Amino acid sequence: MSSTVLTPPHHYLNDGFGVKSWLLTRDHKRIALLYLCGVTFFFFIGGAMATVIRLELATPVGDLVSDETYNKLFTMHGVMMVFFFLIPAIPAVLGNFLVPIMIGAKDLAFPKLNLASWYIYMIGGLFTLYAIIAGGLDTGWTFYTPFSTVSSTSNVIPAALGIFITGFSSILTGLNFIVTIHRMRAPGMTWFRMPLFLWSTYATSLINVLGTPVIAITLLLVAAERIFHFGFFDPRVGGDPVLFQHLFWFYSHPAVYIMVLPAMGVVSELVAAGCRKPVFGYSFVAFSSLAIAVLGFLVWGHHLFVAGESVYSAMIFSILSFLVAIPSAVKVFNWTATMYKGSVSWETPMLYAYGFIGLFTIGGLTGLFVAAIGVDVHVTDTYFVIAHFHYIMVGGTIMGYLGGLHFWWPKISGRLYNEGLAKIAAGIVFIGFNLTFFPQFILGYLGMPRRYHAYPPEFQVLNVLSSAGASILAVGYLLPMAYLMWSLRYGKLAGSNPWGAVGLEWTTTSPPPTENFAETPVVTWDAYDYPERMETNVA
Amino acid sequence: MAGRVDALYFFLVGLAVFFALLIAGLIVFFAVRYHRQDSNATGTKVHGLIALEVAWTVIPFLITMVIFVWGSSVYFAMAHPPDETLNIYVVGKQWMWKFQHLDGQREINELHVPVGRPVKIIATSEDVIHDFFVPAFRVKADVLPGRYVSVWFQPTKPGRYHLFCAEYCGTRHSGMIGEIVVMDPNEYEAWLTGGAAEGSLASAGGKLFADLACNTCHRADAQGRGPVLDGLFGRQVALQGGGTVTADEAYIRESILTPSAKIVDGFQPIMPTFQGLVSEEQLLQLIEYVKSLKSQTEQPTARPNPPNGPAQNETTPVKK
Amino acid sequence: MLPEAVHQHHPPALAHHFDDLEQQREAATLGMWTFLVTEMLFFGGLFTVYMVYRSWYPDAFAAASHELIIWAGTTNTAVLITSSLTMAMAVYAAQTGNRRLLITLLIVTISLGCVFLGIKAFEYYSEWVEHHVPGLNYDFEPAYFRNAQIFFSLYFLMTGLHALHMIIGIGIMLFMLWWAVRGIITPEYHNPIEIAGLYWHFVDIVWIFLFPLLYLIGRHTHV
Repeated sequence: MSSTVLTPPHHYLNDGFGVKSWLLTRDHKRIALLYLCGVTFFFFIGGAMATVIRLELATPVGDLVSDETYNKLFTMHGVMMVFFFLIPAIPAVLGNFLVPIMIGAKDLAFPKLNLASWYIYMIGGLFTLYAIIAGGLDTGWTFYTPFSTVSSTSNVIPAALGIFITGFSSILTGLNFIVTIHRMRAPGMTWFRMPLFLWSTYATSLINVLGTPVIAITLLLVAAERIFHFGFFDPRVGGDPVLFQHLFWFYSHPAVYIMVLPAMGVVSELVAAGCRKPVFGYSFVAFSSLAIAVLGFLVWGHHLFVAGESVYSAMIFSILSFLVAIPSAVKVFNWTATMYKGSVSWETPMLYAYGFIGLFTIGGLTGLFVAAIGVDVHVTDTYFVIAHFHYIMVGGTIMGYLGGLHFWWPKISGRLYNEGLAKIAAGIVFIGFNLTFFPQFILGYLGMPRRYHAYPPEFQVLNVLSSAGASILAVGYLLPMAYLMWSLRYGKLAGSNPWGAVGLEWTTTSPPPTENFAETPVVTWDAYDYPERMETNVA
Repeated sequence: MAGRVDALYFFLVGLAVFFALLIAGLIVFFAVRYHRQDSNATGTKVHGLIALEVAWTVIPFLITMVIFVWGSSVYFAMAHPPDETLNIYVVGKQWMWKFQHLDGQREINELHVPVGRPVKIIATSEDVIHDFFVPAFRVKADVLPGRYVSVWFQPTKPGRYHLFCAEYCGTRHSGMIGEIVVMDPNEYEAWLTGGAAEGSLASAGGKLFADLACNTCHRADAQGRGPVLDGLFGRQVALQGGGTVTADEAYIRESILTPSAKIVDGFQPIMPTFQGLVSEEQLLQLIEYVKSLKSQTEQPTARPNPPNGPAQNETTPVKK
Repeated sequence: MLPEAVHQHHPPALAHHFDDLEQQREAATLGMWTFLVTEMLFFGGLFTVYMVYRSWYPDAFAAASHELIIWAGTTNTAVLITSSLTMAMAVYAAQTGNRRLLITLLIVTISLGCVFLGIKAFEYYSEWVEHHVPGLNYDFEPAYFRNAQIFFSLYFLMTGLHALHMIIGIGIMLFMLWWAVRGIITPEYHNPIEIAGLYWHFVDIVWIFLFPLLYLIGRHTHV
């Protein structure tokens, strides 16, 4: 592609104007942007709830909000963040935009289904939002029975239905990606020439397709029990509340891999581009993605170590939980090894990638603590576990998401953002994040339970540190909103390959044309096939 | 036991610090050492090394297996209390903990126990799932409705220790807290006798047994329409249609609430259900009463471990 | 790769983002199979709940199962299997370009589906009269009262979900019928009938599992 043409005259953003051209689009790139609006919206709602939570927890007494309100806040924080941000964000925004381009296709296999997925996502989200506005949900995002089926007086049914509906968006997007990757690769694009982002997306899609139906039926059972008093989970009629937990976690554990695998895929891309060399151990990283997807389905019982599971089941789940850690470790080592003798860039996307590797490592290592049953008995249901999963989901997934957003922003928008501001924001995010969540490991070990509105005064200092960190983190998240939006109008034009990276997406214009490529590419090279030196005129 | 938990915990802390520093250090080092100076420079292709891949797969695998075995052995000890324990019954309900000592002492949110003796908590919930969590003792178990779960601990130092409910249970979940008060043995005895005892759990159960007319069918002279209960607790019971069951707390509870679930071989399914007619505490009293009924010819049997399946979480000494 | 000249031979059914009809057909077929896998997991959750409770309360389940209308369930099984046969024949008709036969067979398949739903509605009504509907007017013999409630809850949920899938299937078949009438289905482009058939067969197979699990518990021993 000629690098002297900075912005092509025709591209997907100016291919039709007006609300209808967006709301009825079949272009995967526009649909990705529709999702971007949706996930950002729900992220800030979840974030607002987190803000109030941390404000409340700065003092030991429950003095900011009532306990009922607090219970609704942490519930909706979890629901919004898990189901409406973390699960869709990278696949539906970056995946939708990039999958066809990275494999050299014109669009996904089922473009109309893709648009339908977005509508389903938004309808589900608005349903759940209605549940909040109409008074809230107070069961925790985990909906444990019999509290959710018998005892709670909050809007369980609309919230459960909202999540149920949105689940179909995940299923259909996953289905779309699987078929696209199988059937629509450009000539010469063999499986092992695909960028690692596609391997991760494929593994994620497998989980989406196999796991999400189970949470769908589980939530349906909860709603049915509430309406008809069926009794599946009610011991007064012979039902078993722990059965709910098995059904719930059978999906919700693989769900955490839906949340982290795409971020790992992004990191593979960022590390390759940031070091201008192939990812070390490409096939090991690719197979690790699949291994994580498969093993991830076998470990759900580690959420039930103290819940009433038998000793022997617990031990089986424990050993499997250790096994699932291994492929993640393999990826971390391979990414680190990629940096050896790389040409290492310090640009913002790469900073997010390096941050991911460090923070995900800490999150993963603390996973070993909770996989060891003897330790889990002490730290489960405390702030230790909260810190563990936030390290992975925020220190991991969100850093991966932000890194990817920054990396592909020039491709998506045709503009460059302000690199200086972006670096500062990345630093603020990193510092704010660690200050927020590291003290929580200690709090958990000391015994502070989770979902507590008020706590014994000896826990206050650590809580104040955490709340201070949260306020810094909030600034770190608001900054990109500001400068990315600003760049849409005032940013420098990017050109097709501002990073000097290798990949099919960098061979087409920024922004790309609606059909992605002027001519269908024919692929004869491996992924990340960097030359001895890049062409001149590359940033 | 708490010491054992902490040993593994701090080993893991050391391991985590080591690997986190290793990875972070390498990243920073490589980022500085190979920092891109020339904007057109690319990295040097380094060929993959299978030996390296195998090494950093196998070594983590071995380390995790060590942690698995260690963690499981600690857990196994938690799940198996010693034979002789001081048993305390606990009923969790929104949003309080109700304790019942065997000799009739009742407490709410505060539990007095003597130092140096193994204590076994047998707990159930009246409504939703709660969780009995004493951080100082490294003890935690979900308390379920319709089932009995147990944990055990052996306090080593007198003092007051936090008790928290650790499974979200509704509005006042964070208010469902209390204290375990560990006392010197003498003080504990004094506290026991000073309390307003209405008689032991077993004697209260005996009174209930008569009030509810259980004794009209369950007679000690084997003339009744129901099985003899003397010496029943802990024995194997032959059931109609084949099969046997151990007469433990869960069996007694089930027999009172859903008698048709298991019929004793040789008897008619005529026992009415007492569901809704007895509370959780009354069930515990009846269970203790049945336990106290010794067979005329037998020695007292050892207490079996509680029910089918639930969290056999048992832990030990207070670590301080 | 594809020279622009191919554009002139553009089959009307080919969507623009596909290279050729074969790629489109393969993608659609893989898509439907993937979707059916998700449906297996969906029903799988209910089957898991069923397995747990049946193993815990076998007698109550047997007693409750006896109360179901066995002739209705058996007839429905025969109806559905026959409809799968007519569906498979419809696919053959589409492949060979026999439009009249295709239309006829689609109508027969749809009708059989409606017969199934009609019998199901009759069963639900009878069960309501018998006070076997948990949450509405449930009553059962005291010995099994509680646990039979779980059986009936599962019965209504599983057959209800299945019936919902049948209704969707009939909707899909009506759509296919319309396409067949309008001549959109040709030997060159008959894949929609084939993948609609896949869906129909799947719904049939789910019933073939539901029928013995719900209707035939303990029937061989006459408990």
